[in-house]
Amino acid sequence: MSKFEFPPSIKSRPVYGTLEARPGKGHLMIADAEGAEAILGIATPDLMAKTHIIYIPRGAGFTDQLRALNPAQFYEGPTYAASVQRIRRVLQDAHMGLQVYLTGTEGLMGQAQNEAMQAGIPHTAIQTEHRGSVARRMQCVHCKGITEDVETDPFQCSHCGLNLFVRDHYSRRLAAYQGVCIDAEDPGNVPAPKGIYE
Amino acid sequence: MTIQFNDETFRDDYSFHNSDWAIKRFPFPFHEDSYMYAVNMEQHRGGPAGSVYEKRFDVDEHYVAEMRDRAMVLADDPLRCQSLPHMTLAGWDLLELIMVSKSEDYPDLFELYRDGDQWRWVNKPLGIDDRFTFLDDTTLPYGPMEYITRQTQGDFCVLDQREGNLWMDAGMVTTQADWSLDFDIGMNFFEWHAPVPLAHEKGIFVRALKFLLNIQQGAPARRLNWTMTVNPLLDTSPENYHKWGIQKTTLTPENLGAKQHLRVELQTFFRLPRSNGLVFPIRCYLCSFQDLMTMPKWGRRLHRVVRDLPEELATYKGFIDNRPMMLDYLSQFDDGQPTSAGVWPDFEAEPPLAK
Ligand code: HEM
Repeated sequence: MSKFEFPPSIKSRPVYGTLEARPGKGHLMIADAEGAEAILGIATPDLMAKTHIIYIPRGAGFTDQLRALNPAQFYEGPTYAASVQRIRRVLQDAHMGLQVYLTGTEGLMGQAQNEAMQAGIPHTAIQTEHRGSVARRMQCVHCKGITEDVETDPFQCSHCGLNLFVRDHYSRRLAAYQGVCIDAEDPGNVPAPKGIYE
Repeated sequence: MTIQFNDETFRDDYSFHNSDWAIKRFPFPFHEDSYMYAVNMEQHRGGPAGSVYEKRFDVDEHYVAEMRDRAMVLADDPLRCQSLPHMTLAGWDLLELIMVSKSEDYPDLFELYRDGDQWRWVNKPLGIDDRFTFLDDTTLPYGPMEYITRQTQGDFCVLDQREGNLWMDAGMVTTQADWSLDFDIGMNFFEWHAPVPLAHEKGIFVRALKFLLNIQQGAPARRLNWTMTVNPLLDTSPENYHKWGIQKTTLTPENLGAKQHLRVELQTFFRLPRSNGLVFPIRCYLCSFQDLMTMPKWGRRLHRVVRDLPEELATYKGFIDNRPMMLDYLSQFDDGQPTSAGVWPDFEAEPPLAK
């Protein structure tokens, strides 16, 4: 599957790279959905013998292919929220030099990156590669609620119900973009939703 | 002179008003007839007597009412004041800076008595007389930053300096021009400035950061920024934008002079001694168009600036839709005569409006 090229944006917006296998005694790969393809792209038997994969399929059918790589450890989680305790536990045990690979949706990479940073992993040891959906994790600036997997602009806040437009301003701490009321100056005038990059 | 504090509001009935004194000392931000972003920084070493630049932390007739408004904002939304765990020492630095400055600059209003780490702080306008142990958080009713900024006009960003950058790791932000501390906390200088148009491309933020990183203790700096606000609303937060945004549509040619306010931020920069952090007070001054028009020079100039401002800036500052109506109003005060250089009103020297 071809990778989506994000258009140039403002300086708070994260940029993602392309995963590459790095030397190291331990490797942690966290992926969701099509992120599996990025792992499949760099996997070698040598690397997999030292790799722990945490995978959240979200309906994509890559689980068997990932298992077939014979990673040292493999975990499939139903959702990110269900997996985060485990991710924290694994990061707690991280030895010096652990290499972290994050791939899939922006929401997954942003949240997992926060966990890794909080666990003291230097950002130079964390790689990211975007794959799959370009949906965004959005924070409503009004009620502070997070809406996952937002594909359209505008969208409706899943917490307070306001119609929000999708900004490019991004908070790494929240792992979210900012959503702001679109019809504040003209209540009820909400344009038809379009894809975020349309 | 003793300040007469106004009994006024910045919400609901908007009884905020400027006295003749406050109008005369309003920090009009345009030193020429046009405006573009620039690295407009200078030393903050006082200024003409009576001006807003004279004291380290200016106190004016709006002090008590502004502090009342801040308390209301915080009661509704405590997230407007946040401090990451490593910023407590910088909070004490800030408390000391403000208490020392205010008690020296306004001895009739504020008193500070220090006996080792046993401090007594008297704030007469707000009726506060507290004793506490310096650097002991348990002896104050709030964290040190929150305690002192509940008593000081203006917003405060407290920046940690590391990795050759500044990090917005603490702040008290209730009078902001539409940005969110809760969203921006933890960001670096380039990240929190990301939404600003044109300035990144002009290299302004790279040069500005270099300047800020080198600010030394005892040598503060300052600059002005400005925007437009309909009604004298201090809390133009994104958090509450769905409530106040509609007010922008209430302008009419008849009420514009009274309702439309020029909003000016006097921004200062102080190095903090123990934490080596930087504090960035952002003091907001509001003035209605009709009050500004009492100075013929400001009338002529404001018309020209608003008329010629690049569209990106008028959009970013949120007044692009109202600009035509603002210009209809302001053009009445521009007779085409030249204006003198500099920000001062030059009331005695400038010719009266010939229109
Ligand atoms: C360290 C201290 C500073 C802090 C905490 C700070 C913070 C901010 C914030 C939060 C915004 C709003 C951005 C948004 O739209 O979300 C802003 C805007 C801006 N800042 Fe800063 N800033 C600082 C220093 C400076 C300096 C030194 C300059 C010098 C050039 C500068 C130039 C600007 C400009 C031009 C804007 C756009 C303002 C407008 O058009 O209304 N800032 N700043």
